[in-house]
Amino acid sequence: MHNPSIHRYALVTACCTFLLLIAGALVTSNDAGLSIPDWPLAYGSLTPPMVGGIRYEFTHRVIATCIGILTIGLAVWLWRSEKRGWMRWMGVAALGGVIAQGILGGMTVRMFQPPPVSTAHATLAQLFFSTVVAIAVFTSPWWSREHLALEDPKSPSVRPLVVSTAVAVFLQLILGAAFRHKAFGIIPHLIGAVIVTMLIFMTAGALKRRFPHVPELRGCAKILHILIGVQLLLGGGAYWSRMYAAQFPQPIAIMVALTVIHTVTGALVLAATLVTSLIVFRLVSPAKLAGESIRNREQVAQ
Amino acid sequence: MKINRLAIYTLSLGAFALVLAGCGGNKTESTEAPASAPAANAPAGKTVDPATAGELTGTVKLDGAAPKMKTISTAAEPACGKSRTTPLTSEEVVTGDGGSLANVVVYIKSGLDGYSFPAPSTPVKFTQEGCQYHPHVAGMMVAQNVDVINSDQTTHNIHPIPMENREWNESQPPGAAPIEKSFAREEVAIPVKCNVHPWMKAYMAVLPNPYFQVTDKDGKFDLKNLPPGTYTVVAWHELYKTDPQTITIGPKESKSVNFTFKATASGD
Repeated sequence: MHNPSIHRYALVTACCTFLLLIAGALVTSNDAGLSIPDWPLAYGSLTPPMVGGIRYEFTHRVIATCIGILTIGLAVWLWRSEKRGWMRWMGVAALGGVIAQGILGGMTVRMFQPPPVSTAHATLAQLFFSTVVAIAVFTSPWWSREHLALEDPKSPSVRPLVVSTAVAVFLQLILGAAFRHKAFGIIPHLIGAVIVTMLIFMTAGALKRRFPHVPELRGCAKILHILIGVQLLLGGGAYWSRMYAAQFPQPIAIMVALTVIHTVTGALVLAATLVTSLIVFRLVSPAKLAGESIRNREQVAQ
Repeated sequence: MKINRLAIYTLSLGAFALVLAGCGGNKTESTEAPASAPAANAPAGKTVDPATAGELTGTVKLDGAAPKMKTISTAAEPACGKSRTTPLTSEEVVTGDGGSLANVVVYIKSGLDGYSFPAPSTPVKFTQEGCQYHPHVAGMMVAQNVDVINSDQTTHNIHPIPMENREWNESQPPGAAPIEKSFAREEVAIPVKCNVHPWMKAYMAVLPNPYFQVTDKDGKFDLKNLPPGTYTVVAWHELYKTDPQTITIGPKESKSVNFTFKATASGD
């Protein structure tokens, strides 16, 4: 069932998509989104003058095109070689995502970056990255291996907890994108940060306490702790740098660096919570078994 | 079988979208026709009688220390420095002797009901030189043409971001013909930016009458040929605010009104 080549290909696609996220964040931070007024061409050609903000925007477009080609390859490969029907459709979903993302990118240019469209473009980027990361997990040798089912008798069960965390991180990324693209203020994103931090601490803490001898789950907990710590520091730094940079007539390096790193670390947090969710669902039995046994015991006692 | 066909369609669509993204169509051309002047379509109104017209003069000042303007780094774009002998600085607050304030639009906001003013046939020149806009604040009438000129040896994009008018964004390579545009509605003032060179910012003030002036470094303005009447006079600055003033001009009367903006950190 396991095909190491397609797994490696999915990993390469995920890594390249991460580069694309960096390129996209650089476009926003350098205020270069509209430096190429036309789309799909750039200044009416395939080789625009590489000056000023055009360098960021055009590089972003070139990497996006490469990701599109890689995704076509991934979708075709999955369709032809995968035995799992849902995995074949995941490839199609990834392809649909990259097409929609390209169209949204074009719309941001043609419609002069309306905040809802720019926010949707930034959000779909995270979703697409998550999809490719999930494909890489599902095609991994670890996933196809047999695993002993772990029991999770405690409440709240880690399964809903980790899913809630992943969903909260995704919503938080939407709020962050909305702030970055001037659709909302900072307050919703700050509230989201508090909720996400609490959920990540709860999830990582539960994994560490309940499954101390399961290296995969212990590793996930550790990565989540590190990422949320780094992300909180980056978030504070990014906000400070934006305020500080407001007095300058052009984007300054510290602001660009901090906002870009904060943005792409957000993508890593989402990917980490997603991978954690997948690992938890692969290893940990549904809580209802434990719950049912508790109810059964209670019924017997009555 | 059905699923296979669907997948083939989806993959083909993906391939087509990528080809489209990579190879696309023709260069985008602006199809927006110059906006027609509302005054041109409206019934002819009163005209100003030069025999009774007066004049409104004055000075605009900044009360307090002007903030030091930041130096702009053009290191990433050598072409920007070619035509310059001094470093580029931002132009939000430009003052002259005694705190006189430049780049303020002084205009008649109300009091001209019933008059009609056709847009001048001479276009306003709006030049990109040394990777800076000249002038920093351009005043023009509704439907008056503005010629955007690129004197630099680098590519610019011109991107006005209006609230009341139609937004546009066009590129202008070195040596390209001027871009001719106009705005259909009154708006003070439309921010203009170049996304290629993010420090390039300017404003376009679009007025329904010819009674406006953008102050120079001496802060002075002079609104001539003003018919007798009571007017609300507004002074607009991109960073600071001040209250409008009401003034009555009698036949052949010359009056003076001064505006003072308070220098504050926030601009409010």
